[in-house]
Parts: sequence; structure tokens; C-alpha cells
Amino acid sequence: MVDKQLQLQMLGRMYLIRLFEERLGEFYDYRGYSAISRPEDEAQATDELLTCVGYDFESQGMIGGAVHLSIGQEAVSVGVCSHLNDDDCAVSSHRSHGHAIAKGCDVGQAFAELMGRDTGLCAGFGGSMHLFSAAHGFLGGNGIVGAQLPIALGPAFAARYRGTDQVSVAFFGDGAANQGTFNEAVNLAAVWKLPVIFVCENNLYANATPVALSLPVPDVAARAHGYGIPGTTVDGQDILAVYETAGQAVRRARSGEGPTLIEAKTYRFQGHCGAASGHQNPDECDRWRERDPIVLFERRLAAEGLVDEAQMDQLRENASAQIDEAARFAIDSSLTDPERLAGFIW
Amino acid sequence: MPEMTYSAAVGQALREEMDRDENVFLIGEDIGSVRQADDLFAELRSRRIFQTPISEAGFTGLAAGAAAVGLRPVVEIMYCDFVGVCMDQICNQAAKMRLMSGGAFKVPMVIRTPAGCGTREGGHHSQSLEAWFMHTPGLKVVMPATAADAKGLMKSSIRDDEPVVFIQHRLLHPLEGEVPEGEWLVPLGKADVKRRGDDVTVVAYSYALTKALAAAEALCGDISVEVVDPRSLVPLDLETILASVRKTRRLLVVHEAPERAGAGAEIVRRVTHSGTDFLSSPPRVLGSKMTPMPYSPPLEDHCIPQVADVVAAIKQMVHA
Repeated sequence: MVDKQLQLQMLGRMYLIRLFEERLGEFYDYRGYSAISRPEDEAQATDELLTCVGYDFESQGMIGGAVHLSIGQEAVSVGVCSHLNDDDCAVSSHRSHGHAIAKGCDVGQAFAELMGRDTGLCAGFGGSMHLFSAAHGFLGGNGIVGAQLPIALGPAFAARYRGTDQVSVAFFGDGAANQGTFNEAVNLAAVWKLPVIFVCENNLYANATPVALSLPVPDVAARAHGYGIPGTTVDGQDILAVYETAGQAVRRARSGEGPTLIEAKTYRFQGHCGAASGHQNPDECDRWRERDPIVLFERRLAAEGLVDEAQMDQLRENASAQIDEAARFAIDSSLTDPERLAGFIW
Repeated sequence: MPEMTYSAAVGQALREEMDRDENVFLIGEDIGSVRQADDLFAELRSRRIFQTPISEAGFTGLAAGAAAVGLRPVVEIMYCDFVGVCMDQICNQAAKMRLMSGGAFKVPMVIRTPAGCGTREGGHHSQSLEAWFMHTPGLKVVMPATAADAKGLMKSSIRDDEPVVFIQHRLLHPLEGEVPEGEWLVPLGKADVKRRGDDVTVVAYSYALTKALAAAEALCGDISVEVVDPRSLVPLDLETILASVRKTRRLLVVHEAPERAGAGAEIVRRVTHSGTDFLSSPPRVLGSKMTPMPYSPPLEDHCIPQVADVVAAIKQMVHA
């Protein structure tokens, strides 16, 4: 039986991720802030071009570039990260906001990072796909699919090297499972019995490519057998099931028994990238929305009498207030001054 | 003459070459949705267009092997930054097979990849890696900047019997231009003078070309700027560049890729190898700063050469 306080904490964390992802959509515009120098109006634009791109969006807190939202997948990051301490490490993919927040990163600093502010997690240097936190052991999202898998081995190896008991978690998707790095990382972790937990979030799509076109065997977990390590599939929408499965893997790793491959069956409720972008398979998406991990957990907690409506409302309000505060903090912060690049240019 | 976007021009070239030669096929990630815009996918899917898992090394190697036995693949690497994942297949395998086999095998493949910075996508989605490929013997490298050049060079690249890396800056994709219909071929190794002038030669390619032209326009009446678009980096049209520099006596190369050991450095090497007595000032290269591309817009824009930087460099060279 999972401690009630912990369960409420996990619910609160899921609210935080969900509200963060939903809120950032208000500020997001892929094309608006690209450095396009093609003038609509020749005369005026020449002046603009000569003085570089203007930044009148600072007060509006615009987020540019690419964002990949975790809406629908919150139970996996929270269920796994609830076992981790700050000195355990996790790495992730381009879809990393949920993992970063679940790992303990401050939502204000996360918002500031997306808005390119100097108070951001990476002082505005990284952006959405490259959130890092040394304090919370988060070695980044990653823009290269599958690149995070070998990196996850590093902190695990370091713990072994130093004789300590930290573990390392690699979050990756069904797409990354087909990268060469998957084979190398899992094999090496297995043969060296490194304290790694490989967590595949199989949301059935790699960008626009459905798993039917890329996985000859639908269960990524089945690959574990080839490396002699345990492989388990779990319902990624059931946070307690994820928590239970992850707990076993973390205990295994910490006790020196080596890596585990967990495959969480999950789904993203939006398109691959962007905010409020529709899923390419709307009917399927509607069916999965009936298994919203937050709603499922709320129902379960209520059914077991662990929480009532008023308490859940309070938790939601707390999370909402935190997100409001985070957005305000970010907008009030300054865009990073290029002077901060000194020391990085050589 | 019809006007179309750079993307549509590339699509048209692919369509025409696939119609012309049944050995030409397309392979890459999410290629269905990419090619959907050209109406290619619906018609040719499963016969000529192949959507892959995320396995760049796997499908790039597949393409090299298929080319070696007579097919003509066009490989799509979604972002230039991802070539790191398949560099061995490109630079050790595709690039070397013909030499190592003593000519027994050739590798007629095209690796097409969107690249470039300025889109606020951060360090892993902002690179233009032509220098890596220029430095690899056995590879040709082209970077068209206009819709017409894109169509003509894609057709020529597909017909070329060597592996060609075709790099397209993403910010060029929506830009429209006139594109000749039908058998419009732009040869590899042929530069194009995009603007005539007398006081300075600016060699600029890909997205930097738009900045060079904007700078030239801004200086109109004050300094006469000649803008040369090499279009191909390997092979390089030294003759056209040299003729221009002999006339203007000043050379500035502008590119968005980092300045150290880039295409600019190579172009300066080739020009000065022919002599320096025709130069009235030292040749210069404007490239982006030597740091992985940061995300926040002021940071990213600070790293990339802007129109104002091109103008300042030209003024410095002319008034020195």
C-alpha cells in the first residue's frame, strides 16, 4: 500500500505537469520569432535588418522554436521519478518537460528557460528540448533521438566506480528503441550490470510514424530477453502500476543486480510538436483520453476514500497558483544578455 | 515562368527524376507526411517512397548498398544535426566504396537534409554541417539558395554518379521564386553571380545569400557590391569566384555555419592559392561564433552573422 501522502504528492505533481504544458500553449508561436530577414516591406525592413531582429515580444513572454508536450503521459514520469533522490540521475528525450518537473525542477525556472530568460534552468541557453538541472540530477532532454541512452549509463557507471548506490533512469520513446544506441546502451548496461532503469514510453507514434511501420514486435519490452535482463510492460496510464514496476527496477539496480527495461504503454493527447496541435489519429486519441492518467488516479483515490472532492480541488488550485506564479516569474525576468556567451565562445 | 516555393521546387525535381528513372527512390523518416505536400506519397508510396523507423545509420547504409548495386536513392535526414548518427555510413562507407573497390562499385546517392539556424530550436536542431562533408574526400556538397537553383541542382545531383550531400536551409523553404519548367538542370560546380558590382565580392550561399543581397541593397549608392552564390561547395567554381575577385580586389565570404575551418576558410584558401597581388585588402570570412547554438533569441541572433554585420564588414574592407 503506497503511503497516502506520497499518493497525494504524486497527484499534485501530475497536476503541475499538466497545467504547465497547457499553460505554455498561450505563449507559444513557432514561426513568430524566427530570425527571418525576408522583408515584406522593403524600405522599413531594410532598417530592421540593419539593426537586427527586434525583441518586442519580451513583455509577452513568447516561446519560440519547438515544444513537445507530455500531456497524457504524466503518470510515467511521476510514477518513476517518485522513487528517485536528487542525486539519482535521469535523462530524457525531446519530450522532456514532464520528466524535468517530475525530477524536481522548479516550474518557474522551467518557464523562464522556455521564454529564453536568464533565470531559466539553463539561463536561456538550452530551450525546451535541453532542460538541465545539476541540483536535481537531470542530465537533459535531448534533440537527438536515442542519444540519451548511452548518456544514462554514465551516472550509473560513476556510482559503481565510486562505490555508491545511485541509480540512473533513461526515458525514451518507441522511436528511440530503433536507434543503434538502444542496442549499445542496453547491451553494455546488461553486461556490466549497471544500475540503470530503461523506461520506454511507447505512445504508439514516432512523430508521424505509427509503431505498425517501425516495430516488428509491438512490445519493446520483449527485446530485454535478448540482453538477459528483465523486461516488463506496464499500463502507463495507471500511476500506481508504474510506481510499483519502477520500484522493483530501482531496488534491483540499487542492490547491484543490474538494469531493467520497462515499457510503459501510454499516449500523448496532442500532436507530436507544438501547442494545442491535434493528434493525427483523432478517434484513437479520443479513446485514449478516456484513460487520462490524472482522471483515473482521481477516481481511484476517491473510491478508496483517500481524498475528497474538496481536497482535490485544493490540490488543483495549489498547482494552478504555482503555474501562475511561475509564468509571472518568467515574464518578469530578462531575456538573456549575449554578454553571458563570453566563456562559451572559443 | 511559374513561381513556386523552394520546397515545391525540390518536390517537383524529385517527381520529375522519379518519372524519368525507375531506379530513383526516396527513403527517410516521416517521409509520408513530408512528401504528402507534393502529392508524391499517395501515388508512389510502397513502390518508390519508403518511410523508415528512426534508424539513420540503418537506412543510410541501406541506401549506400542499394546504390552500389544500381538503384539511385535520395535519402532524407530530417535535420542536418542528425547526420552525426550516420556519419560512418556517409563518410566511411558511401564516400569510400568507389575508391576502395578500384571503381568496381559506384554510389550514386543523394543525401538531402534541411539545416540551418535562426529558428530557435536550440543546439541539436540548428547546425549546417557542410564543412564536415567538404572535408571528406568522395562526397559532393551542394547548397542551393533559390527555388530555381534547388530544382536544377536536385535534378543534377540525382543524375550524378557520386554521393551528393544536398543541404537546404529551413528558412528558405517557404521563399518563392521563378522556376523554369521541364528539363531545367543546374550543373554541379557552377557558381552564379546573383548581383553585379565593382567594389567588393561577397561570396555567400544558402540563407546567408539573402543577407548578402540585403546588405548589398542597403549599401546601394555608397558601395557597389558583387554577390556570388557558389551553389556547389564541392566541386567549387573557383573560376567564377576568381574572376569576380580579380575585378573587385576584395573578398568577403559569408556563411551561417561556424567561422572556424568552414567553407569560407576553404574558399579563401583556394582564391589566395591563385595569388594575392590582385587583393587590395585581406580576405575575410563572416561565420557564426564558435559555440553550440544557444536557444534564447538574443543569444542565437548574436551568434549568427546578421545583415548589419555584413554591412559593417564590407565598409571596413572598403574604407580600410
